[in-house]
Amino acid sequence: MTVHLRIWRQAGPDSPGRLAEYTVEDVNEHMSFLELLDVLNEKLITEGEEPIEFDNDCREGICGSCGLMVGGVAHGPQPRTAICQLHMRHFNDGDTIVVEPWRATAFPIIKDLVVDRSAFDRIMAAGGYVSVKTGGAPDANALPVTKEDADLAMDYASCIGCGACVAACPNSSASLFTASKIAHLAMLPQGTPERRRRVLNMVDQMEAEGFGDCSNHAECEAVCPKGISISAIALMRREYVRAVLSS
Amino acid sequence: MSQTGKKLLAVFRSSIGRKLLTGVTGLALVVFLLEHLYSNLLYFSTDPDAYNENAHFLISLDLVYVLELGLLTFFVVHIIVGVSIYLRKRKARPDGYAKYQSAGKPSRQSLSSRTMIVTGLVLLAFLVIHIISFKYGPGIEEGFVVTIDGEPVRDLKRLLEEKFQHPAYAFGYPFVMILLGFHLRHGIWSAFQSLGAMNPRLTPVVYTLGGVLAVLIAVGFLVLPLWIFFST
Ligand code: HEM
Ligand code: FES
Repeated sequence: MTVHLRIWRQAGPDSPGRLAEYTVEDVNEHMSFLELLDVLNEKLITEGEEPIEFDNDCREGICGSCGLMVGGVAHGPQPRTAICQLHMRHFNDGDTIVVEPWRATAFPIIKDLVVDRSAFDRIMAAGGYVSVKTGGAPDANALPVTKEDADLAMDYASCIGCGACVAACPNSSASLFTASKIAHLAMLPQGTPERRRRVLNMVDQMEAEGFGDCSNHAECEAVCPKGISISAIALMRREYVRAVLSS
Repeated sequence: MSQTGKKLLAVFRSSIGRKLLTGVTGLALVVFLLEHLYSNLLYFSTDPDAYNENAHFLISLDLVYVLELGLLTFFVVHIIVGVSIYLRKRKARPDGYAKYQSAGKPSRQSLSSRTMIVTGLVLLAFLVIHIISFKYGPGIEEGFVVTIDGEPVRDLKRLLEEKFQHPAYAFGYPFVMILLGFHLRHGIWSAFQSLGAMNPRLTPVVYTLGGVLAVLIAVGFLVLPLWIFFST
């Protein structure tokens, strides 16, 4: 198949960017979208042009490195799929596909389709962890957790930090990312001792990074490659109220 | 500043605090609307004095100033927070996408959710006109008076009937009420989510009921001006 691509090209953080047009012929329908970009880049390199920069690592949907707006949707048209796992068979011969980087003040563009997501790291550093004293491993049954809570904690923990929630949110809010981390730890006994300062500090950091507020559009849930529910955000708000009231 | 004052300020300044405030004020305004709707619908009561009687009862309450001040505060906070959320959103992505679309379900993004600031600002302009026209409109001194139980009472019903003779009022009001319906279509469920009250089982139910209530409120308000215009 043949696809026409309109891809955001930007030489550096402060350079102006533009959509450049490319056509790729003989696209194999079993290629992933990133492999399509690989093929295009090989062509560009042989033609002496600068290849298109994009982030990726595992290419199996688990690391959270990849992320592109494809056809106006974060990670493309297939639900619950990171863009590295989206195959060309979901497109039609002759399609024109617009490819853009995540856009948010808090995610400045580094080059082409690559953005700086270190704001997420700083939110994590503000409280997305449990402080554990190392030493002998505790007895497996010393901390009982119900099956339901363990399952929910696992659902929230499946966030790979890709940033699609921010990219798709009309407000560029990082609420789903931050809430997933808070909700994951709030479900487990290990997370309980620090829950108060965790929610206060992470929410402060989210604000400081310049993400927008949440307007409950729930667009984040629809594009999350792990399908994390916005009930995480509701839970984060309950954690916040509890933290403010208990201080 | 007191400890509680500091805490309140911190809530106001936090992203989640702003949501709690839009949620609380939004729901409080919905409750006010329901009371207002009830008062309006008394116009259709078989007792011809019911409408004016109710209006007189409300403004004769001892606590009327407290209630009005409370309502004003809710409006002001709702507007300040709503506008600041909008401004922050603008700052958070100054350059938009060349192509953007909703991914569809389970997204709740809709025309209604995207236009909260527009419908909100229209409601604000409407409120100013509405309050000038009715609350500060002509009263007993200007001859809008009826006698109920031997007491002279402001004839709000007549004012209503005169105002809604004008097509600008008779059709302008229903138009704004449709926009109110849009504001509430996203607003009602959103307020519950803002307050942390939602979970995956409740969300679809509350979203649907919120839509139904939004339509009922909008229709409930818009029948009165149209009725008066077409029946007199
Ligand atoms: C009778 C009048 C009004 C009612 C019943 C009402 C109700 C609501 C409700 C229930 C919400 C959802 C709250 C939430 O998401 O937590 C909301 C949101 C909002 N309201 Fe109103 N509102 C009214 C008037 C106004 C006015 C006058 C403005 C003026 C700017 C306004 C601006 C907004 C905005 C911008 C939002 C969205 C906030 C966000 O993005 O999270 N509203 N409103
Ligand atoms: S490259 Fe790892 S999730 Fe896509």
